[in-house]
Amino acid sequence: MSEPGAAVPVPGDYKSDVKPVWCPGCGDFGVLNAMAKAMARMGLRPEEIAVVSGIGCSSRIPAYTACYGLHGVHGRALPTATGLKIARPDLTVIVTGGDGDGYSIGGNHFLHACRRNVDLTYIVMDNRVYGMTKGQPSPTTETHWSSKLAPQGTGLSEFHPMAIALASGANFIARGFTGDPNGLADLIVQGVRTPGFSFIEVLSPCITFRPEQKEWKKLVRPAMLAATDDTAQAARQIFTDDGMNLGVLFAGARPAYQPPIGSGRRSTQELEARFAL
Amino acid sequence: MNEMQPATAAPRTVEEFMTHACALEAEAAERYTELAELMAAHNNPELAALFAKLAHIEGLHRDQILERMGWPAPPDPSVCRWETPEGPETTDYGDLHYLMQPWHALKLALHNERRAAEYFERLAGGPVPAGIRSEAAEMAAEEREHVRLILEWLGRVPEPEADWDHDFDPPRAVD
Repeated sequence: MSEPGAAVPVPGDYKSDVKPVWCPGCGDFGVLNAMAKAMARMGLRPEEIAVVSGIGCSSRIPAYTACYGLHGVHGRALPTATGLKIARPDLTVIVTGGDGDGYSIGGNHFLHACRRNVDLTYIVMDNRVYGMTKGQPSPTTETHWSSKLAPQGTGLSEFHPMAIALASGANFIARGFTGDPNGLADLIVQGVRTPGFSFIEVLSPCITFRPEQKEWKKLVRPAMLAATDDTAQAARQIFTDDGMNLGVLFAGARPAYQPPIGSGRRSTQELEARFAL
Repeated sequence: MNEMQPATAAPRTVEEFMTHACALEAEAAERYTELAELMAAHNNPELAALFAKLAHIEGLHRDQILERMGWPAPPDPSVCRWETPEGPETTDYGDLHYLMQPWHALKLALHNERRAAEYFERLAGGPVPAGIRSEAAEMAAEEREHVRLILEWLGRVPEPEADWDHDFDPPRAVD
């Protein structure tokens, strides 16, 4: 937390001098904006936060923040962040990425991160397409979305991230929209403050490869139902949802997983010595 | 131009009102600055300059409020509640396009100024203390003047062709 007497943090304190190269109109700007607002609201210093990502347009976010950051390996943001949080429980660890990175390449890690319930906040910018590699269908792409690589659509069922997160044990599940950075900032604050694994699905339009997603701003709405801690009720809500309801769906009370550290800890030199030939 | 309409809470004191007015101008200036940097990154110096100019203008409005209130820096904007997801004068990131032209940027600015004017007009006509009503009416008149100036500016900028967003080298290859 900020020290008494320190200047009140403002969102700009959490942005780096590196300027985003996302396409004009990209939803990811709204997420960066919301993250900076959330960090300012929580009063955390930039060095108290680590932002970890995988690969993809949205995974560029760590470079655009003034926090510790790791732009890591495709699909491997969650295991990296898990290790970081376990080693440095004092840090607030936020994981960011896209639908391809998180649900396809990193799909298995997603399940187990929910199950382990380490105190992380995972923000997925879902545009239902692989934008960085020129518009291939992703796990959340609609079955009939036609593209050069999948004429007439993939014919495959869509991945349902919120259902998977709930079934796998995530402690906090919410959906936000990039066109509402203030609302999204509220969700991020709640996610960070809820112990355990918090999953925030963000509808983030890809203006370049999915220009029809500009219509999302006319379709999204605050969810009519309040957050629940009842998994059965949350499951019913998920499966009667059209994907456009915003807000917290589920907030549980499962304690975060944090193994004890310290006693069995070895120095880097000791570990290195074990591998010496 | 975002369509969501979250609940709003009207300011209760003149200071709260001025906090909203300051946040409105500050957020608009910050967003225009961000857009100027974005357009510079995308090698569009003409739009970068235009957004930078709009940022400068909004920054002057913010500074006027700071001076008038004797505030050294803008107050905490997180207390502000808007009828729109962000401040009424803030450009929605989603309204940009990589092939947009100055005319489009000015249309966005016009939309923002109109929305700001409407915000202040609603407050001026609403159930708020008399001090807020007169301040809001003054701000609304200023925003209406900005609307007039942007309309004049738009009249000097060529309107794009109907197929302005046609990309001869599109990012998404099609057969």
